[in-house]
Amino acid sequence: MPHKTFFWFFFPTGLAMILFIGLPIVSSFFQSLHIENQQILMEVENCDPFGCTTNVRVDVEATEKLKEQNPLGRFNGFGTYADRNHLAFDEIGEAWNTSSSTSEFKDIVLNLPFYKAMLFTLTFCFAVTPPVIILGFIVALSINTLAKSLKGLAIFGSILPMIVTPLIGSLVLFWMIDSQGIIGATIKILFNDPNLSLKSSSTLTWITLIIYGIWHNTPFAFIVFYAALQTVPQDPIEAALIDGASRFQRVRYIVIPHLYPVATFIMLICLMDNFRVFEPIIGFSAEGVAQSLSWMIYQDLRNENKMLFGSAGATSMLTIIGIAILLTPVLLRTWREFRTER
Amino acid sequence: MKKLIIALLLSFMTSGAYAGSHSPCGPTEGSINILANEFNTYRIFMDEVKSCAGSEVDFSVTHSVDHNKLQVAALSANPSEFSAKLVTNGSITPLMNDGLLRPLDDLVAKYGVNLNDNQKITIDGKIYAVAFMANAQHLWYRESILNELGIAVPSTYEEVIAAAQKIKDSGKMANPYGGAFKSGWNLAQEFVNMYLGHGGEFFKSGSAQPNVNNENGVAALNVMKKLTEVSNPDFLTQDTNAVKEEWESGNLALMHVWNSGASSLLDDEGDQAVRADTRLAPSPSVGGGSMPATTLWWDGIAIATNTSDENAEASFRALVGAASSSELANSNADATVWLIKDYKGGNTAGPVVDAASRGASPYPSFPHMSLMHGALSTELVEFLQGNESAEKALADVEAAYIAKATEQGFL
Repeated sequence: MPHKTFFWFFFPTGLAMILFIGLPIVSSFFQSLHIENQQILMEVENCDPFGCTTNVRVDVEATEKLKEQNPLGRFNGFGTYADRNHLAFDEIGEAWNTSSSTSEFKDIVLNLPFYKAMLFTLTFCFAVTPPVIILGFIVALSINTLAKSLKGLAIFGSILPMIVTPLIGSLVLFWMIDSQGIIGATIKILFNDPNLSLKSSSTLTWITLIIYGIWHNTPFAFIVFYAALQTVPQDPIEAALIDGASRFQRVRYIVIPHLYPVATFIMLICLMDNFRVFEPIIGFSAEGVAQSLSWMIYQDLRNENKMLFGSAGATSMLTIIGIAILLTPVLLRTWREFRTER
Repeated sequence: MKKLIIALLLSFMTSGAYAGSHSPCGPTEGSINILANEFNTYRIFMDEVKSCAGSEVDFSVTHSVDHNKLQVAALSANPSEFSAKLVTNGSITPLMNDGLLRPLDDLVAKYGVNLNDNQKITIDGKIYAVAFMANAQHLWYRESILNELGIAVPSTYEEVIAAAQKIKDSGKMANPYGGAFKSGWNLAQEFVNMYLGHGGEFFKSGSAQPNVNNENGVAALNVMKKLTEVSNPDFLTQDTNAVKEEWESGNLALMHVWNSGASSLLDDEGDQAVRADTRLAPSPSVGGGSMPATTLWWDGIAIATNTSDENAEASFRALVGAASSSELANSNADATVWLIKDYKGGNTAGPVVDAASRGASPYPSFPHMSLMHGALSTELVEFLQGNESAEKALADVEAAYIAKATEQGFL
């Protein structure tokens, strides 16, 4: 494609990307460098049904004046990035100096909100992505061999988990694993432990979230693999058949190499998606034991009475950097393959 | 024929106008859009507001348990999304911090003649809200179960724990105690109750510096931990509504939830055997103290700054009509403790009045309290799961609070 044609072909998409992705990122970054103006407090007398008390309140006029002078708030540089709720440099330095063993140091670091969230996010990412790819591939292979009349129904059934809204899907499962729900009660009977609760233990909650993640993401891998399977050339397969290759050998030596680039693509998308894990945490009410980076942003913007824009902006930037680091090896590999093919 | 149609149309229009002019509290123009928390008593109140508004004005109300999270953003916009908000002594401070509520003195003077003086919430000499009900968390118990096991109604948390343990040991119930320990706002509120009950102060006097990592905080956390041991193991996922459901299913014998829950717990829905056996008791004290470990709350109406004067007036007239309706209060006497004039008092008001007379503290209304509440809501979970010491959890609360308060400009 000539460069000029490509430019005009790409222009509308590029423009939309700059407007709706690029600029908001720049704005979030700018916001993350600032914190709110100083709140000016004043002492006042408050009266309510329970009596009168002397209390403090924010001097709205004085604070408003400050806001007019500095609408963005006070410039804080990378202060928000370094504070305890983000990268926590001071706390980590102190932990390094005071802790007597690596495990103590590890405990202190993983108790900090950002690193706690990072640990869950990465665990989720790496526990969900490989099973999704393997399961998706197996489902695609199985459905591909079904009789034509059954295929449509089977495909529809297999992509259902993706069609169900994540929040609804996780809520349904949440009620099923309740200690009185069908799964929760069965597990209690199976293990003969009346106090067993999937929701109260961190480990079990993590496992539940991961299983949910696999259930929800597999259809995506399946549908891409299934589409790719239709492009597998029939000639080599027939040749292999004549040579007496078993079904496993045909899959191992012809189908898998052919689908390799597709698997890379699925891995990229899955890693990216799972790094942003969020809805299941809300659906499973798992905020207490499993926090992700996206949940931290939500927490800053929704769970506070006043939005912590700076903090949310900083976490967003760190999430973007995290995704970039995570994808680098895969992208590098693809790039190398692309060059050798030339 | 044409004439007939016109005549018919005209007659419809006039009859419509006639029906419209019949709005009991008087607003005839403007639109009313209210944001409010979601629970049964508010729904009863809103029905009255709606009938008060009449049919001539646009009326809509959004009930949401997330009202705290929505309110600042929704009222900051100009013109704001909502013309009015039902506030409490907890949720009013973030709105006051940003000047999002308008002083109501002139509206009260014009339309609030039937209000009690103690309904007027004044801050720095100006009325910013009109309270219509008082609320507090207190103890609820199942009389037959306590009687059967010979347990006296507990008046301290130590007795509550002992009683729950006894019920558990008797094999009658696996997890007899219920409290709203859902991580987030509810869990933090339980700590606020318990910490104030121990005589704690959240901030060093005269500053926004946190002050929870002390022996009162540790004692409060230890009591909470003991309570969770006799609660449903899923306690970290149960909010007030979930606890009430457990109660109605007959799984609990003791619980500490809101007085306003009476309107749904004592209604005709659900297991009537449980309902007939449900009793209200004062909130227990804790750690040898004399005051109950609970906080006093008022619920009231407030009007947005960023709404037109016309909408503000219409909203206020409709809301204040309900907030001064003795008919509403007396026909729903058991729904909550109304602060409305000529309210005769119901059968369920006792525990709230008791809490007030025994010196329970109102929920702290410092401008930075919501940040403390937010820090408490996430940092206490690991202690309750047994993964962290109480001191460490409280140190985490202070550190998380300091980072947030610094960003918000309070420190």
